Amino acid sequence: MAREITQAIVNGILVGGVYALMAVGLTLIFGVLDIINIAQGVLVILGAYLSYSLFTKAGIDPFLGLLITIPAMFIIGVVIHWAFISRLRGGERTSMTLLVTYAVALIIEGILFKIYGADNVQISPKYVNSSVHILGFYVGWVYIWGFILAVALVAVVYVLLYRTRFGRSVRAVMQDETAARLVGISVNRVAAFTFGIGVAVTAAGGVVFGATNAFNANSGYDLISRLLSIVILGGLGSVGGALGASVFMLTMESVVTIWQPTWAVAVYYAALVIVLVYRPTGLFGRKAVRAQ
Amino acid sequence: MGANLPWFSKNAAALGAVALSVGVLAACSSSSSSSSAVSTTSSGAASGSSSAPITIGASLSLTGDFSTDGQAFQKGYNLWVKDVNAAGGILGRQVKLTVLDDKSDPNQVVTNYQTLINSDHVDLTFGPFSSLLTGPASAVAARNGYAFVEGAGGAPSVFDTPSNQADHNTFDVSLPVAEELMPFVSYIQSLGPAKDKTLTAAFPSADDPFASPPVQLAEAKLKALGVQVVYSKVFPEESSSYKPQADNVAAKKPDIVVLGSTDVPTVAAFMSEFAQDHFTPKMFIAAAGPDQGAAFTKAVGAGNATGMMVPNGWYPSYNNAESQKMVSEYVQQYGGSASGVNADVAEAYAVGQVVQQAITANGSVDNAKIISYLHSGVTLQTVQGTVKFDSLGENSSAAAFVFQWQNNGSKYVQVLPTGGVSVPIIATKPAWAR
Repeated sequence: MAREITQAIVNGILVGGVYALMAVGLTLIFGVLDIINIAQGVLVILGAYLSYSLFTKAGIDPFLGLLITIPAMFIIGVVIHWAFISRLRGGERTSMTLLVTYAVALIIEGILFKIYGADNVQISPKYVNSSVHILGFYVGWVYIWGFILAVALVAVVYVLLYRTRFGRSVRAVMQDETAARLVGISVNRVAAFTFGIGVAVTAAGGVVFGATNAFNANSGYDLISRLLSIVILGGLGSVGGALGASVFMLTMESVVTIWQPTWAVAVYYAALVIVLVYRPTGLFGRKAVRAQ
Repeated sequence: MGANLPWFSKNAAALGAVALSVGVLAACSSSSSSSSAVSTTSSGAASGSSSAPITIGASLSLTGDFSTDGQAFQKGYNLWVKDVNAAGGILGRQVKLTVLDDKSDPNQVVTNYQTLINSDHVDLTFGPFSSLLTGPASAVAARNGYAFVEGAGGAPSVFDTPSNQADHNTFDVSLPVAEELMPFVSYIQSLGPAKDKTLTAAFPSADDPFASPPVQLAEAKLKALGVQVVYSKVFPEESSSYKPQADNVAAKKPDIVVLGSTDVPTVAAFMSEFAQDHFTPKMFIAAAGPDQGAAFTKAVGAGNATGMMVPNGWYPSYNNAESQKMVSEYVQQYGGSASGVNADVAEAYAVGQVVQQAITANGSVDNAKIISYLHSGVTLQTVQGTVKFDSLGENSSAAAFVFQWQNNGSKYVQVLPTGGVSVPIIATKPAWAR
């Protein structure tokens, strides 16, 4: 039993890294723009398909392909912001973005269905099923690389936000948009770049998700509720919180699965509700984020 | 934008709940959405009471979790419509099919059939994909006096609904799912008692009306044969990750894995995790997934498919003239190879054939007459073989087969029951290809 529990915890941490890769962009976009990006799940799938195409058509390794897919997703994010998000104004803006990003999700899903069809595919480089034997069980390398990538990306985003001039602009906009305008910050540009970065990091989530799961254009809808629950638990706007909450969620589900798999999701959501009751801003809520 | 955000600081938890709800709604395939994609196969028939087209409505999962199956089903329905109209229609009337997208959602499928029956006033209805959706959909049809002929709702729960118990309006042209694993059980029985050690088996299953019943029955039967059950657990149909379940199965190292799966991603995830765990079961049979032709091999890799088994009532090289004609037409119209044709296509096509024979026999599209005719004990011919309905509408004459991918994933062949045109089974699954 000890081995099973250890394996479940290791699995939870590693798979949590995969979910963190997908959730970081969602929480970053909310933190700066107050946008709950319902299209996040579909954008993960878009990132997965881009990696899949580079791998199957051009033979480019999915992880190396991030050098192409991350910039591509950044541009897509900026375009989405310019075409849909930046045009929303007024008091209903935040609620309107729910609908607009949902519409974006439907558009992207439709395009992906048109291009790739409904059949499921999986990104399958030769090493995708290779693993290492530690602590008495096997751990897939793809999960290890995914977790390292998650930690690295969270660190990069953290440095970007808290150690660069651009990051200061972003945080200024987060704290007080009007004051940020007064000191000469181009709020629209910051918003567009932040949305672009939020979508760009999703490419990394897409490649690991696509290498560990068969997916089609519709798979994003299964993801979005879990990603939302992760960023809410971690604290809306908290990049580190997204990583912590992902690991918490997947570890809890993984451990409960040993005894009763059907309880895994219910136990996690019960924990989420309890956290929100006692800490409405999540584990690393916005106030804590801004104090960093 | 980021100003003072007073609403957020006061209502973070409320926002969380709203966002979560929206996400859940989206994840549940947008049941609240009213945008149902409509595709119509035009008949080109002239209007007029005597020559007006026979209108048929169906809801299919063109998007959502079952989209691969739903789109294959649509191809099957469309192929049947094309063939019927090319042959002059039914009773001299062309057929017009309207398909609404239910997004794989049990709520949307109810709305769609209400629309088709009460707003579009279609003459007849065809069933959706999956037992999960057929149950609630058949109740709508029953309330309105419609016959509900379907090809992918074979779970016991579909026939045990109060509406079907009362109205007997549901007819499944395919194999009832509960007993679909019986040929596999018989095969294990035929092996006789193991000489060196007791056979062990694991039974992980998705919490789904289609997936669970056959796995539970197979578990009970195999246990009675002396097979040692080392794992038997039900998991949520939509898991964050199948890794924990697969790892727990692999840790037990069973000889046989009987997976209650509903789709390709579930099977693919278990296969991938088993490969990472350096575990290859001697026999691996899944309730669904490997039956989806090229859609399966594309996802898991052709090499890994070798030895994978799945129960079903039809396969592309099925020795049936109508089936072979349909497969040929399918390949001509949609491309690909015969072995890549999804079994859903045949299930859908067979629905049309059964309804066509009922209309022709009755000389009308009257639903009450069709229901009565289908319950009369008549034996009908389809691309899946003969169809004969029992009192609850299950196909009592359907043959159960087990199919296996062989020859490095290039051949999908019938291996059980043995004899006839069956091919020798690969009794020990080769190690994973990658």
